[in-house]
Amino acid sequence: MEFSFTDEQLMIRDTAQSFLSEVSTSSAIRNTMGTEHGFDDNVWQRLCTQMGWQATHIPEEYGGFGLGYVELVIMLEQMGQHLFCSPFFATVCLGANALLVAGTEAQKQHYLPQICNGSLTATLAYTGSSGKWDAHSVDAVVLAKDNEYVLNGVYRYVPDGHTTDVLIVAARNSDTSGQSGISLFVTDANAKGVTREYLPTMDQTKKQAHIVFDNVVVNEHALMGEYANAWPLLDKILNLATIATAAEQVGGSQQVLNMSVAYTKERVQFGRAIAGFQAVKHQAADMMLRTEVGRSAVYYAACVAQEFFDGGSLARELGEAASVAKSYCSDGYFKNAGDAIQLHGGVGFTWEYDVHLYFKRAKSSEMFLGNGAYHRERVAKMLLD
Amino acid sequence: MKLSFSKADEKFREEVAQWLNDNLVEEFAQLKFRGGPGDEHMFPDERKKWEAKLAEGGWIGIAWPKEYGGRGCSIEQQVIFNEEYARAGAPGRVGHIGEGLTGPTLIAFGSEAQKQRYLPGILSGNDLWCQGYSEPGAGSDLSNVRTKAVFDEAIGKWLITGQKVWTSLAHESDYIFVIARTESGTKGHKGLGFFLLNMDQPGIEVRGIKQLTGTSEFNEVFFDNAECDAQDIVGKPGEGWAVAMGLLGFERGVSTLGQQMQFQNELDEVIVAAKNNGTHKDPMIRQRIADAHIGLKIMRYNSLRMLSGNGDDGSLQKEALIYKLFWATWHRDLGELAMDVLGPEAEILSAAPYELSRMQALYLFVRSDTIYGGTNEIQRNIIAERGLGMPKDIRPTL
Repeated sequence: MEFSFTDEQLMIRDTAQSFLSEVSTSSAIRNTMGTEHGFDDNVWQRLCTQMGWQATHIPEEYGGFGLGYVELVIMLEQMGQHLFCSPFFATVCLGANALLVAGTEAQKQHYLPQICNGSLTATLAYTGSSGKWDAHSVDAVVLAKDNEYVLNGVYRYVPDGHTTDVLIVAARNSDTSGQSGISLFVTDANAKGVTREYLPTMDQTKKQAHIVFDNVVVNEHALMGEYANAWPLLDKILNLATIATAAEQVGGSQQVLNMSVAYTKERVQFGRAIAGFQAVKHQAADMMLRTEVGRSAVYYAACVAQEFFDGGSLARELGEAASVAKSYCSDGYFKNAGDAIQLHGGVGFTWEYDVHLYFKRAKSSEMFLGNGAYHRERVAKMLLD
Repeated sequence: MKLSFSKADEKFREEVAQWLNDNLVEEFAQLKFRGGPGDEHMFPDERKKWEAKLAEGGWIGIAWPKEYGGRGCSIEQQVIFNEEYARAGAPGRVGHIGEGLTGPTLIAFGSEAQKQRYLPGILSGNDLWCQGYSEPGAGSDLSNVRTKAVFDEAIGKWLITGQKVWTSLAHESDYIFVIARTESGTKGHKGLGFFLLNMDQPGIEVRGIKQLTGTSEFNEVFFDNAECDAQDIVGKPGEGWAVAMGLLGFERGVSTLGQQMQFQNELDEVIVAAKNNGTHKDPMIRQRIADAHIGLKIMRYNSLRMLSGNGDDGSLQKEALIYKLFWATWHRDLGELAMDVLGPEAEILSAAPYELSRMQALYLFVRSDTIYGGTNEIQRNIIAERGLGMPKDIRPTL
C-alpha cells in the first residue's frame, strides 16, 4: 500500500502547474471565455503535440502514453486550479473514456490515435431536456432498420458539443425506460440531421451545447457496446467522468483558498492584516479542511479508476468512489468559492477580481453529472435499499 | 499511488483475525464492542485481563521497535491490526495511553533506566497509565499549568503539588505522567518538567467527574506533595514542554483507523435503526446517512494518505492537520443523526435512574469530541497558522 505520489507523478504535477501558469493566466482565461469557441486553438495544439496530455491514459497500442488514471487526475486537478479553458475534459474524460470502455476494437483503432495526435476532439451527449443525470436522462430515440440506426432527439448540457469533431450519443428504444433499452453510438458531429447550438452559460469557462438529432442515420459500425444494453457501460463512463470532475473541483477549491489567504494577508483593517483575525482564520481553516478531505476522496477514487482499467479488485467500488468524491467536492468547492468572495469583501464582488470565475465554475461543476444530493442518494441506495 | 496490500500483509491480516477470533471468547466474549467512548467506565477488571491476554499474544507494542520488546511492525501491519481489532469488536483498550503515549515518549526521550523500569510493565499489559496535562486554568492554553514540582534535597525526590483535570482512566491507572512547573515564577512553555509518578501513594487523590452522561470516565487528580523519584523526570527540569509536545505527535496516526472501525460499528447501528423504524425512506434521513457514510469513507482515505506520508516537497502534511477537526465534527453529527433516526424513542432511557442506550450514550458523549485533545477552535487556529501561514493570535507578552 502506498497512498502517496511517486516521484514521477510529482513531476507530472509540477510540469502541469508550470505549463498552465504560463498559458492559463487571468487575461488568457478572460480572452477565451468570452468567445463562443471557448478555447485557444494554439494552446490546445501545444498541449496536444508538445505535452501530449490528452494521450496520458490511452494505451500505447492506440498511440497513447499508457499511464494511469492517477496521472490523469493529477493534471485535471491542475486544470481546475487554473480554470483552463479547453476541450480536454470533453475529449479525454468523456470521449476517450467512452471509446476505451465501450468502443469496438475498430472504433478504438480509428479514433484514439487521432485523439492522441491532437487532430480530433470528441464529447459525450446523453442527457435530454429532463436535466437528470442517471439512466432516466436518456430520452433520444433509436430505431433499428436493416443494418442502420435512425436517431432522433434532443441533447442538452453537452460539454463543448458545438465544437467537437465527434459525438458519442446515447439513445433508447422507443418502448423502454430507465436502464433498459439504451444504446451508444459514435458519429461525426457534422453528420446529416445534426444541429448543434451553442448555449451561453453563467460559467463562461466551460462551454455547453444544445444538440438536436433529426433522423440522423448511422451504420452498424457506429454502434458501441451491445445494442439496447449499453447502460452498464455508460454508467462506467459516467463514473470515470464524475471522478475527473471531482479532481477539477479539488483544484478549484485549492485555488480559492490560496487566493483568500494571500488576499487576507495583504488586506489591512483596524491596523493589522485581516488574516490575523480568528473569524477570518477559522473560515480559511474550514476551507483547507474541505480541500484536503476532497483531495483524499479524489485520490482514492483515482486509484479505484485505475484498478477499473487494470481489472483490479477495487474496480467494484467505482460507482461508490465516484459518488463519494463528487458529492464531497461539489459541496466543498461551492462553499469554498462562496467563502472566498466573503473573505475578499467588496473586491470579491467585482468582475475584475478572478474570484467570481471560480464561484461560477464551482456551481457549474456542481450541477454537471449530478450535484451533492444526487450522489448522496446514489450512496443511500447502496446502503439502504 | 497504490492501494492494495502485499500478500505478506494479507497473511498478517489473517493471523490477526484468527487470533482475535480464537481469543475473544468465554469471559472475554461479553467485552465485544464495549469500552469505547461513552462506555469507557464499563468492565474495567475484565478489560485489564484482556490487556494481559493481548500481551500474551504479543499484540501490545506492535509499533515499538524490536529492541524495546515491540514487534517493529510496518505501518501497513499496524493499519491491519487496528482494522481487524475494531472489526472483531475487541474492547476499548485500557492500556492505550501507556502503549501509545508513555512508551513512545520514553523510547524517544527517556533515560535507559526509565526504559528498563517502565517499558516491560506496559508491554505485559500489567501497568496502566494516565495523562496529567489539563488543569482547571490550563485547558486550551495548556502551557499555563500551575502544578508545581519542587526537588526535596533531604529525601532526594521531587514533590508535586497541584491539580489535574479531565484525566481519563485515572481511577484505573497505576502510573501517571505529569507536566509541572519546576521553576517558580516562570510562565508559558518555559520552566516545566515532565514527571512519571506512581498513582498508589498518599499524596494523590482521584475524584471522578460526573459528566452530562451521568457516568464518570474523566477524573480530577489532586497532588499534595506527591512523590516522584529523582530519576523519574523525563528530560531535564525546565525542558518538559518539548517532551510534552513530542508526545502529542505520537497521538495521531495509526490508531485512527481502529477508531474508524468503531465509528463504522456505530453507523451500522444507526442504519439498522433506520431500517427498523422506516426512517430509511425519509429523503432527509437518507441524505444524512449517506453523508455520514461518505464522511467515514473519506476519513479512511485521509488516514491512508496521512500514513503513507506523502513524498511531497517536505511540506507539512496538511491531511494530518485537518484530521482531528474532521473526525470530531463528523462524530458529533453522527450522534445527532442517531437521535433524529430514533425520533421520539430517542428520549426513552433503557432504565431509571439514568441508564442510557448505546446510541444515547453516543449522542451525549460526542459533545466531548470537539473539545478534548484540542477544541475545534484550537484546531482551526493550528490549521490556519501552521497549514496556511496566517498570523498568530495576539497574546499578552509573557
